[in-house]
Amino acid sequence: MRDGAPFVLVVVPFAFLFGVVGTEAGLSLAETMGFSVLVIAGAAQFTALQLLTDNAPALIALASALAVNLRMAMYSASLTPWMGAAPLWQRAFAAYFMVDQSYACAIVRFEQEPRLSVPERMAYYFGVVTPICPLWYAFTLAGALIGNAVPPGLPLDFALPITFLAMIGPMLRTPAHMAAAAVSVTLALIFAGLPYNTGLLVAGVAGMMTGAQAEVMLERRKAARQP
Amino acid sequence: MIEGGDLWLFIAALGLGTFGLRFVFLGLVGNRPLPAWLLRHLRYTAVAVLPGLVAPLVVWPAATGGALDAPRMAAAVVTLVLGYTFRNVILAITAGALTLFAGLALFG
Repeated sequence: MRDGAPFVLVVVPFAFLFGVVGTEAGLSLAETMGFSVLVIAGAAQFTALQLLTDNAPALIALASALAVNLRMAMYSASLTPWMGAAPLWQRAFAAYFMVDQSYACAIVRFEQEPRLSVPERMAYYFGVVTPICPLWYAFTLAGALIGNAVPPGLPLDFALPITFLAMIGPMLRTPAHMAAAAVSVTLALIFAGLPYNTGLLVAGVAGMMTGAQAEVMLERRKAARQP
Repeated sequence: MIEGGDLWLFIAALGLGTFGLRFVFLGLVGNRPLPAWLLRHLRYTAVAVLPGLVAPLVVWPAATGGALDAPRMAAAVVTLVLGYTFRNVILAITAGALTLFAGLALFG
């Protein structure tokens, strides 16, 4: 729970903002909450809402929002070696609560302490989401009810980048990790103009391939050095 | 904009699709062993996706309409360097937020 706590600062304004923006776009209270409870993915919700208010076809809006969320499939694959042995119902709940924050906390912890048992890992995971997900619902509701009373001037826009940068630092453990991050940043910036967030997918896949390839090369070099 | 039943259908479809993406590997693969090359790639998922997610937000912040912004850039650098040096997420977030407030007070 403690590891999830800093994300409260991120989730609260983000959820609140969705509530405000949703009702201003003409959604009813129930529809706004429907988004936050059924989808529970901030960036995708904003994407869908933006495209719908632009009168984009529903299928385009759906495809774009799902493309924004494709990284969840990568998270799911990444967590599988650690949590795959848990009962199906636990994995289903874990999937529902899979967000950037719960994934980032969990993977850092599982890699730092590989000896944790599967129940310990599941307990950690649900501990992380405990402060995050209920607040997501609650502050969407608050945003929808209170509307446009947000104090201007608070630089809340940067809460999310700062939080993720703070998590990336400790992840850069080996040259392979650094190479993966460098390729990801470079390609994400080059392909930022690609529609529907596909640039991030390109950057993510290329970053993963770079990391894996660099790991193989480093291992070969290490093996060559040993007599 | 679509409304009523169509909108609910849209929300439900988006919710179901998102759950599908989250469940696909964790739920369907479960405890079956994954091949080594796949695991090797998956080790780098986080470090390949999160920097790419953050980089455009730092270089082209939405708050300034996409213009490069000194306080935000400084906050980003401080956060990353402290996070890397001390491996302490909360320390890095705090220092980054303070840098941002100070930068905005001085230059904003």
